[in-house]
Amino acid sequence: MKADVLIVGGGLMGFSTALHLAMRDTRCIVLDKGSPGRHASGVNAGGLRQLNRHPAEIPLSVVAADMWRHIRELVDSDCDTRFPGQVRVAENEAELGRLEKRAALTRSLGYQHEEIIGPDELYALVPALAPHCIGALICRSDGYGRPFHALDAFRRKARSLGVYYQADTRVDAVRQDGDEWRLSTLQGEFRAPVLVNCAGAWANHIAAMLGEPVPLKPGAPMMMVTERLPHFIDPVLGAAGHKLSFKQMQNGTLLIGGAHMAELDLLQERTEINWQKLALSARSVMTLFPQLKDVRIVRTWAGLEAFMPDNIPVIGASVTASSAYHAFGFSAHGFQLSPVVGRILSQLILDGTSELPIDPFRIDRFASSGRCA
Amino acid sequence: MKQHYQLAVIGAGPAGLAAATVAAEQGIEVAVFDGQVAPGGQIYRAMESIPQHRGSQLGDEYQRGRELVSAFRASSAKYFPETQVWSLNGRREIGLLLQGQAHTVTADQVVICSGAIERPVPFPGWTLPGVMNAGAGQILFKAHGIVPDDGVVLAGSGPLLLLLAWQYLHAGVSVKALLDVTPMINHLYALPRLPRALLAGHYLTKGMQYKRDLKRAGISTLHNVRSLRAQGKDALQSVSFLHRGREQNLETAVLLVHFGVIPHTQLGRVAGCRHVWDESQLCWRPQLDEWGRTSVAGILVAGDGGGIGGARSAEHAGRLAALQALYALGTLDRATRQRLARNDRKWMREESHIRPFLEAFFRIADDMLQVADDDTLVCRCEEVSAGQIRAAVADGHRDSNQVKFLTRCGMGPCQGRQCAEAVSHIVADASGKALQDIGHYRQRPPVNPLTLGQLAGLHSEKTE
Repeated sequence: MKADVLIVGGGLMGFSTALHLAMRDTRCIVLDKGSPGRHASGVNAGGLRQLNRHPAEIPLSVVAADMWRHIRELVDSDCDTRFPGQVRVAENEAELGRLEKRAALTRSLGYQHEEIIGPDELYALVPALAPHCIGALICRSDGYGRPFHALDAFRRKARSLGVYYQADTRVDAVRQDGDEWRLSTLQGEFRAPVLVNCAGAWANHIAAMLGEPVPLKPGAPMMMVTERLPHFIDPVLGAAGHKLSFKQMQNGTLLIGGAHMAELDLLQERTEINWQKLALSARSVMTLFPQLKDVRIVRTWAGLEAFMPDNIPVIGASVTASSAYHAFGFSAHGFQLSPVVGRILSQLILDGTSELPIDPFRIDRFASSGRCA
Repeated sequence: MKQHYQLAVIGAGPAGLAAATVAAEQGIEVAVFDGQVAPGGQIYRAMESIPQHRGSQLGDEYQRGRELVSAFRASSAKYFPETQVWSLNGRREIGLLLQGQAHTVTADQVVICSGAIERPVPFPGWTLPGVMNAGAGQILFKAHGIVPDDGVVLAGSGPLLLLLAWQYLHAGVSVKALLDVTPMINHLYALPRLPRALLAGHYLTKGMQYKRDLKRAGISTLHNVRSLRAQGKDALQSVSFLHRGREQNLETAVLLVHFGVIPHTQLGRVAGCRHVWDESQLCWRPQLDEWGRTSVAGILVAGDGGGIGGARSAEHAGRLAALQALYALGTLDRATRQRLARNDRKWMREESHIRPFLEAFFRIADDMLQVADDDTLVCRCEEVSAGQIRAAVADGHRDSNQVKFLTRCGMGPCQGRQCAEAVSHIVADASGKALQDIGHYRQRPPVNPLTLGQLAGLHSEKTE
């Protein structure tokens, strides 16, 4: 089977890339070894966060935020997005000091989306918060969406523009034959002049096939969701002193993440909750919202994601092979970036350059460290 | 509480009691974690405390539990009543809730004896207050002597429905009608299996006796009932159905439904044990070997939780699993394990004779399993209808988990216990795929209620 671009990985990055390419009349094939959005794309916490991003990610994140606000124009669905802001609370002076420094850094880079608020405004925004907090870093234009609905919308739109998608198709071998990439799978061979690696927690295998191994480490951040509660909080809440992401969804459930990691078995594609660590997330919630102690946990889970040593992704062209590109390693905060990453890749592929600075994400940045997995 | 046990048995019905008793007799350390207040499971519920007269209303099969419970009480097995198991994983770490305190403990061998649950079959109006599972009605009766005073309508299929009608009859409850939805065609399919079933003839005799008693008491049993529908505004007011081509309507405030039982598999699935679709029993069950071993090392399943076999069969399966656990622990050698297993294996085989007949005889019609009516809610927690599930399939979501992701069905507090089977049937039917390929919801812990406060207070013996 032949197309203009082969995309490995049927997650958000893969479909966003395919969608942006298809919008410019490029024929794409998206292959996934399992089902679409099975891992990071489908089961992440859905945060649309510019707040507290790595400086290298800020330019992308700010553009992405704008794309999410108009996401319906892109994918014909609002992806269940809401924009009540995100806050990162400080419980003591030292934490507030750190947040103030952070806000200053963002401003010094020329961005205005983060600001410090004092206790009055914090408690006006989050009256349910335990009374000991003294301020917060806030990004008022942040929010959240529902990842699987977003994935479904991206996939639907991409397919409506002619993108071919095939599930249960694992790429066993990659080779470049003249100016054509050939992917071998049990379901046959796929060919195209351009190859894109959006294979998430398995992207290092594809990169290795291109001769550029990367120190990717799979991880599975744990999450839990509670029973439905009457509406009591608008913004997404994090804390300077806790690994925590806390939000009340549209249906009243609380979605609690905290980047505490599950045990994982990459081969079986299984994760197992580490209760001792998940208890830390529950304790963080108890510190900030002690009134929630009798709220029932309905479900816990962990999706497999790709982490890089510096916790920022790989985005850009291959340095060992021609006409090959990567976008992976989003280190548990890729959801928000997905629309812009698709756009960047489509520009790299069709125009040879991107309007946004992606040099910090180049794949060979690990080469000198000698820590290749 | 100790942090580690050689053998953990989960559940104290016939399988759990037998497993724990056999294992404890061999001198190993056994803990039994049971959600109930006293041993007996569902079938022998309240065995030790039930008044004599109510016990005899329940029939002599119930009395058999006494022996099991007293042997267990006499053993050295440590019994933890009112202990909810909310998690089990492949490392055999068990999450427990004991008097409001969450714990995790580990075990070298785990025998899951989770028993059966009633098969949830969504039909129009099934979520109305006043419509109850027959099993829930039976629990009220066994444990508390509570019976509906204005009479009941019973509907569904399976031996338990008959038994419950009989028990109600003896307790003086008015049974307005027994609506049997079993399709007549089943008799044809069941017939070839009758000769083997006759080998376990006492079950058939018992069933016939129940039927005779009901008839003598003037309770009308309508067979081949179709298009069952519960009606009412805020609560059940009447039941309508088709019988012999005629639409009928019965006024009632209580409708007890029962569509047979299926293995309660949540714990084994959350532990990662492989499950298979059983076409004869129309349910998912763990893939087990002849000892009850699952695909996960050190985790076994015994009793109805591994496939419906009934209480006596569960007892034997419990002993076999215990023998295997003892062998794995090095307490028994191979030859002893084989020798001690011989009788249970034989008796278990005898118990199994009746099953193919019962399964064919009481098989639910496909249109009920596949929830033909689009407006019927399948997932009552998240309010997802059969039509929405079919729409998701038509849209290209072709397995249970994709449908769950998209529609949220199975994501509510019951964790899919109420809708998993129905969703499998609907998706298989709508996509034209085999049930085995549709798959089952990936089970997420906790499988029993756990609060944020309880998790925050998780007491780990390990970290002390």
